[in-house]
Amino acid sequence: MEPEAPADAPAETTAPRTVIRLEGVRKSFGEDVVLDGLDLEVRKSEILVVLGRSGAGKSVTLKVICGILRPDGGTVTAFKQDVAALDERGLRHLRERFGYVFQGGALLQWLTAEENIALPLVENDLCPPGEVEGKVRAALGMVDLRDAGALYPDQMSGGMRKRVALARAVVTEPNALLYDEPTTGLDPITTASIDRLIVATRDRTGVSSIVISHDLDSAFRIADRVAMLHGGRIVACAPPGEFRRSDQDAVRRFLQADPAGEPNR
Amino acid sequence: MVERVGAVGLGMVQGSGYALGLLGKVLRRAFKPRHPLREFRAVVNQMYDHGVKAIPVVILVAVFTGMIVSLQTGIELRGMGSEGLIGRIVAASMFREMGPFITAIILTATAGSACAAEIGTMRVSEEIDALEMMSIDPVRFLVLPRVAALGIMCVALTLMTDCFGTLGGAAIAKTQLGVSYPEFWEGARGALEGEYLLGFLAKDLYTGLLKAFVFGVLIGVVGCSQGLRASGGALGVGRAVRRAVVASIVLVLILGYYMTWAFYGA
Repeated sequence: MEPEAPADAPAETTAPRTVIRLEGVRKSFGEDVVLDGLDLEVRKSEILVVLGRSGAGKSVTLKVICGILRPDGGTVTAFKQDVAALDERGLRHLRERFGYVFQGGALLQWLTAEENIALPLVENDLCPPGEVEGKVRAALGMVDLRDAGALYPDQMSGGMRKRVALARAVVTEPNALLYDEPTTGLDPITTASIDRLIVATRDRTGVSSIVISHDLDSAFRIADRVAMLHGGRIVACAPPGEFRRSDQDAVRRFLQADPAGEPNR
Repeated sequence: MVERVGAVGLGMVQGSGYALGLLGKVLRRAFKPRHPLREFRAVVNQMYDHGVKAIPVVILVAVFTGMIVSLQTGIELRGMGSEGLIGRIVAASMFREMGPFITAIILTATAGSACAAEIGTMRVSEEIDALEMMSIDPVRFLVLPRVAALGIMCVALTLMTDCFGTLGGAAIAKTQLGVSYPEFWEGARGALEGEYLLGFLAKDLYTGLLKAFVFGVLIGVVGCSQGLRASGGALGVGRAVRRAVVASIVLVLILGYYMTWAFYGA
């Protein structure tokens, strides 16, 4: 484990602080072993992109981090708390420190964009009622959807739904953001705008971000570090340039889109 | 074959356990509201969606059920020269059994299936996960309003079924059996006399309404629990709806029998 640096140490000598750590995590669904001794750490204010084939366990990894799924083995530590040891109340408190952008947005269909964004603030009494509207407007402004507040999810495009989902995730000012394939199914221009939003959100708030993706261009555009999930484990984790030069077999095949030796998924 | 039967049995046990656990969670949250006004409004919305909208079909089914009971029973009674008893029999049938049972079946088809479908769709599209990630309790936010609304509306709709069913029976008694309205109502009133609760609630009335409340809660819990357990996309939601409807109907019948036995047969 990396030692914690003193708060007043000069920036250039400060070791990056780990906010989330997975050690030896295992998770199976029946006989299907998805995670098999996964080790991963997420540092403060970094954007970590986790790449992997479809069905590799990327979404499972995100859900294990925030306690939606319980691991079968190993430890998950988030903000110095053992996630697996938390009860329902403890998990609820921990999740207040996370924002999660689901793959399809996961907006509630009977609420407008504004109501979806306001939901966590209102239901959890996170701010006085008079401040909710201002926070919602600010969140919509951040994702460039100032005029779309009254729309329902079925009236929005895929890109709009993802941006509203991002607004909903950041309105509670979390310490970490989890993105589950934020650009899947989007056109290149919308993809680039979502990527810019992810980076801008981190730059503005310092939030640590874990992005699950199989979009290489997007990954190298936004990542501080790129990790490769293969065979239920992280087989490589490095800054983008170093990752591209990796001679790890699974990484090379993924970067070259070479399916040789891989099972069909 | 044995393995399949075992798997089905195990599935039923797991489903029952899950539903009972969900009922316990609902009851705990019902007595500890976090935002009473907001939660009350959510219940009222559900009462409208799942109860008020069912009124037309409830009235239609109730009238025809009363007419059928009256006609079938009346034919036999006339053979014995006792058609004057028709009012008593129709009222007793409707208030004790047919009212709560018919209403429960209608709500199973309209509301129980809708609960399973709505919540099942939310489950497979990760909206339930999103609620949990926002630290919003899905049981308090989604399940409790539905269960409370169905319990209340099943009682209200049962009263309507009782009344309109008896009216339908009266119409047939008059037109087909030659029993006058005053004679019919005299018989119906007589059926509701006897034991009273709190000095004014006839036994046939309060047992029927208590059954209705239990049926309504059961339909809500079963529908929501199947929805929460849905998986596998649209097919999975369809399976959840089917299981919710079948389980609700079977449980209404079984519980209905034992409640009747407890009130009248023990």
